Amino acid sequence: MTGLLEVLGLGASAELLSLSGWGGNLLRGLANSLQIAFGAFGLGLVIGLFGAYGKLYGGKVTRDLLAIYTTVIRAVPELVLILILYYVGSDIINKISEALGGGRVEINGVAAGIWVLGVVQGAYATEVLRGAIQAVPVGQIEAAKSYGMPAFMIMRRVTIPAMMSFAVPGLANLWLIATKDTALLAVVGFNELTLETRQAASSTRAYFTFFLAAGFLYLMVTLCSGAVFARIEKWARRGQPSLKGGTA
Amino acid sequence: MINAKELMQPHRIVMMLVFAALVIWCAVSLRWDWIPKYAPLALEGLWATVWILAVSTFLGFLLAVPLGLAQAVGPWYLSIPARTFCTIIRGTPLLLQIWLLYYGLGSLFPQFPWIRSSELWPYLRQAWPYAVLALTLSYAGYEGEVMRGAFSGVAKGQLEAAKSFGMPRFTMFRRIWLPQAVRNVLPTLGGETILQLKATPLVATITVVEIYAVSSRVRADTFIVYEPLLLLAVVYMAIAGVIALAFRRFEAGAPQRR
Repeated sequence: MTGLLEVLGLGASAELLSLSGWGGNLLRGLANSLQIAFGAFGLGLVIGLFGAYGKLYGGKVTRDLLAIYTTVIRAVPELVLILILYYVGSDIINKISEALGGGRVEINGVAAGIWVLGVVQGAYATEVLRGAIQAVPVGQIEAAKSYGMPAFMIMRRVTIPAMMSFAVPGLANLWLIATKDTALLAVVGFNELTLETRQAASSTRAYFTFFLAAGFLYLMVTLCSGAVFARIEKWARRGQPSLKGGTA
Repeated sequence: MINAKELMQPHRIVMMLVFAALVIWCAVSLRWDWIPKYAPLALEGLWATVWILAVSTFLGFLLAVPLGLAQAVGPWYLSIPARTFCTIIRGTPLLLQIWLLYYGLGSLFPQFPWIRSSELWPYLRQAWPYAVLALTLSYAGYEGEVMRGAFSGVAKGQLEAAKSFGMPRFTMFRRIWLPQAVRNVLPTLGGETILQLKATPLVATITVVEIYAVSSRVRADTFIVYEPLLLLAVVYMAIAGVIALAFRRFEAGAPQRR
């Protein structure tokens, strides 16, 4: 292994990327990135589910407010939103802390990242889930209602399982956006993969080595999630006729 | 479009009044005294944002056409590289790509004396060529995928009809294939162009002075946090609105049979 790397002239790069050196930092950054992406995706799903139901079944005011939320979030760059939400979030927490008699609070980077990206993801998830819920045949929901199912049970037993196959491709896209948007948190100074990479690169001057390594890590995350989501989609579509004809 | 009757429902009037009150409150009680001092810089930044957006979408689209064509109908030695390019661009964060090009190439170029003595060197020492290159490649990667679908979505009969008229291949591409493909994906292209607009502030991280960088400068100089960011958000929404309207005009101009 080592011999092969030497022959390819990659010995120096391998040494730089070793786990005890900067490679470890990169992996720690990746772990942070994934943690934030998971959290933000989850928070986005929760917001999205409420938002989608609000947009479809809510009153006039709820609907208009949600329309403003999704339009504004989707028209303003994520970087600007991240800054605004970050300052608003830390201001609110500090105000609460002062009101309770505490001092200034040091905000956990991961929690702040999840809050900021989750709110952004929520807007996109609202639209994805709204479309998916609308694609569920009305007859199925009416049938559930005629059996006297309460609203929450209809959601749990009929709407969500039936909309899954429509929602999964959009949600897969959102998850990929979430993993890539964690890189934006580098600008606010969170130690996720991209910032760790830049620090490693600028202190060793080996820019290509580290940026290519980080790109490889992101690409692996993307490709693996692609495979996972393909399985989830297959599971969500079980029993449905496939698009190519015949039953899956 | 929205008609006046829909807009004049009671709850909407109340919401508009609340919104107007909010705007007036913002205008009166927040600090805007920094605007006159930074207005010239902000205009310069706005111009930089607009031209970087325009140039990178234009060049990116030119690149996306062959990428889409190679993936849709190309032989394997063209389609595999095109697909790999699109996967890599779409699978890694744009910020990482920008930094790779700027810091990576930027540290590589000065090592070669012939580059340093070339005519291009004064440009290569600045940040904007790397910004435009990164944004162009990114747009091309995303649009290559869109154009792949667009090219394979054009009805076969159209191309066969053109062929049976004895049209040369390039004329067929120019007159039949490309216009129909582009027309079918115009709404997608509009959305992607707004995404590209939202990607432009990333180039501020490599010292290009566009509108986002100006707002950061104001924040750093004056310690005013919310006002520049709010104004910035409004500016981006306005540009996004203009792009959406422009694409709606394009779509209305293209004959559609649905």
